[in-house]
Amino acid sequence: MRKTFVASVVTPLAVLLASSTAFSQTASDGKVRIGILNDQSGVYSDFGGKSSVEAAKMAVEDFGGKVLDVPIEVIDADHQNKPDIASNIARQWYDTQQVDTIMDLTTSSVGLAVQALSKDKKKITINTGAATTDLTGKSCTPYGFHWAYDTHALAVGTGGAMVKQGGDSWFFLTADYAFGYSLEQQTSDYVKANGGTVVGSVRHPLSSQDFSSFLLQAQSSGAKVIGLANAGLDTANSIKQAAEFGIVQGGQKLAALLFTLAEVHGLGLEAAQGLTLTEGYYWNLDDKSREFAKKFFARTNKMPNMVHAGTYSAVTQYLKAVQKAGTDESDAVSKALHEMPVDDFFARGGTVGANGRMIHDMYLLQVKKPDESKEPWDYYNVLATIPGKEAYLDPAKAGCELVK
Amino acid sequence: MTMIFGIPLQAFLGQLLIGLINGSFYALLSLGLAVIFGLLRVINFAHGAQYMLGAFVAMLMLQYFGINYWFALVLAPLVVGLFGAITERFLLSRLYKLDHLYGLLFTFGLALTIEGTFRYLYGSSGQPYSVPTQLAGGTNLGFMFLPIYRGWVVVVSLVACIGTWLLIEKTKLGAYLRAATENPILVQAFGVNVPVLLTLTYGLGAGLAAFAGVLAAPIYQVSPLMGSNIIIVVFAVVVVGGMGSIMGAILTGYMLGIAEGLTKVFYPEASSIVIFVIMAIVLLLRPAGLFGRDV
Repeated sequence: MRKTFVASVVTPLAVLLASSTAFSQTASDGKVRIGILNDQSGVYSDFGGKSSVEAAKMAVEDFGGKVLDVPIEVIDADHQNKPDIASNIARQWYDTQQVDTIMDLTTSSVGLAVQALSKDKKKITINTGAATTDLTGKSCTPYGFHWAYDTHALAVGTGGAMVKQGGDSWFFLTADYAFGYSLEQQTSDYVKANGGTVVGSVRHPLSSQDFSSFLLQAQSSGAKVIGLANAGLDTANSIKQAAEFGIVQGGQKLAALLFTLAEVHGLGLEAAQGLTLTEGYYWNLDDKSREFAKKFFARTNKMPNMVHAGTYSAVTQYLKAVQKAGTDESDAVSKALHEMPVDDFFARGGTVGANGRMIHDMYLLQVKKPDESKEPWDYYNVLATIPGKEAYLDPAKAGCELVK
Repeated sequence: MTMIFGIPLQAFLGQLLIGLINGSFYALLSLGLAVIFGLLRVINFAHGAQYMLGAFVAMLMLQYFGINYWFALVLAPLVVGLFGAITERFLLSRLYKLDHLYGLLFTFGLALTIEGTFRYLYGSSGQPYSVPTQLAGGTNLGFMFLPIYRGWVVVVSLVACIGTWLLIEKTKLGAYLRAATENPILVQAFGVNVPVLLTLTYGLGAGLAAFAGVLAAPIYQVSPLMGSNIIIVVFAVVVVGGMGSIMGAILTGYMLGIAEGLTKVFYPEASSIVIFVIMAIVLLLRPAGLFGRDV
């Protein structure tokens, strides 16, 4: 009799209990909405831009369009590289549009502003477009993640390669905002730690057209390496004009510290050949990376760089984390994101540090000569793989207060 | 080593020359703006887009028809000038009887449309365009390495500026043009076809912008953004020089180019605003601009 009682009362209770947990396993508002916020009209619009939005949509489609039985939506906006505009959009998205997470966030000043705002709003940001290590350093938050690359990885990759080739004196051309400072600082530190010197630097406003004046200063400094701590169209213009002023023929080397496939394509192999650069992804690396690239090309008519591929990876991982957590509530998703390994065509054996940094292998690449390139977009020779642990700061030493 | 203001003389001379080169672009572009404003009283916000179009037309001519730089230097301004003339004839001319603001809004909208279209088609990283082989390389001047192409830009833009000035100030056609802006009805009464003159003027202004664009193509990346990057500076040049003053626009273009170049040595962070600081000061002291006539 007793046994029957247990069976008849406890079992339904247990079922009820189980189903109530199951019931809590849903998204808060009937959908999961991902916002892609980046530069869609300015100097960085090829770097991430509309193609990043497309990458995010691909990730959602490949995931099946649904998570926890609710639909996934992607919305996007152009922040024009202005932190105030970006913050306004982010606030609107969180307050009135039920956006659960914001990604891409190209431009370091924007990335920092939106990450700080998102911390107050308890929302997750996964930054794939900005470079500064401050995102997971002194400005780290429990909800902020940094995915594709950062200034430290670029300094170690491109800076390291230059130092190894004997480039022990440097002059920097630096974009005059958070990203440029961070990149210059970390490359300088790396160069100095390896016995080199920094003879000077000049800061130019974002999206300058003419770099001749700055290049002339770099030329007369006599430094062996001119480090371009800028990005996008600015770097392309710097390289083009450096060639004009005979800087490379004069024996000085250019280090394009942040340069991706999109800019190489814009500059053309003729002008870009021989440049050494660092990216977190190259489409023609292996079958896995090519598979994504071909699908991406079919939709955007261009091959992805590390920002586009990184955004796909970030969206996918976020959705997996939502699934694992059983909710889109930020604390639980953040916990899952910190715990789960990242293994896809973008990050091989990646891990997420307690500071939010996704640590994965980077690639040291060299731009091919025009006659070496066998097909359209076949632009790089892979010189080396930089293990994630070398490329990125140890989370414990990144200056993040969350890591004890 | 001789020092000027704490920097070596050689570096100083180099920066002066660089300033002069950039000033050439400012002069060429502000010249076109001044001509259009002086004669049509239209504030042509599409000027930057027309400059960008010049560079793109040259690039596309090379890509699809194999037309080289030298032919492009003549053909691209003609194509863009024609496009400008058509725009003026069928769209802009309808706005003359309205407030100036409508012309400004129309050209601004036109600029946004053209730029947006090209950004959609070609992205923002720009397209390559090489320096013509005849002008490749450079020469060592002792104080700096001068790319031959940049030297060419200074010379050719100076010639274009003086040529345009002579055309407007010294020829019969120029006299008609100036008369037509002073008193169109009277000039028309003398049997001169004023609307055609105005169409030609707008076409000339647009063509000048395109000419500067072709000159710029081998130096800068041919990018949809190249026009909007430069147009605001060029407006400041025209305001400092005095709206509508052609010689004023030319001289101010060179002057501000040099001022900007020197700022890049002493305090590079301010290089993008120095021109606007000068503009504010000039407007305070001489509201009509340095070379403008007080109204």
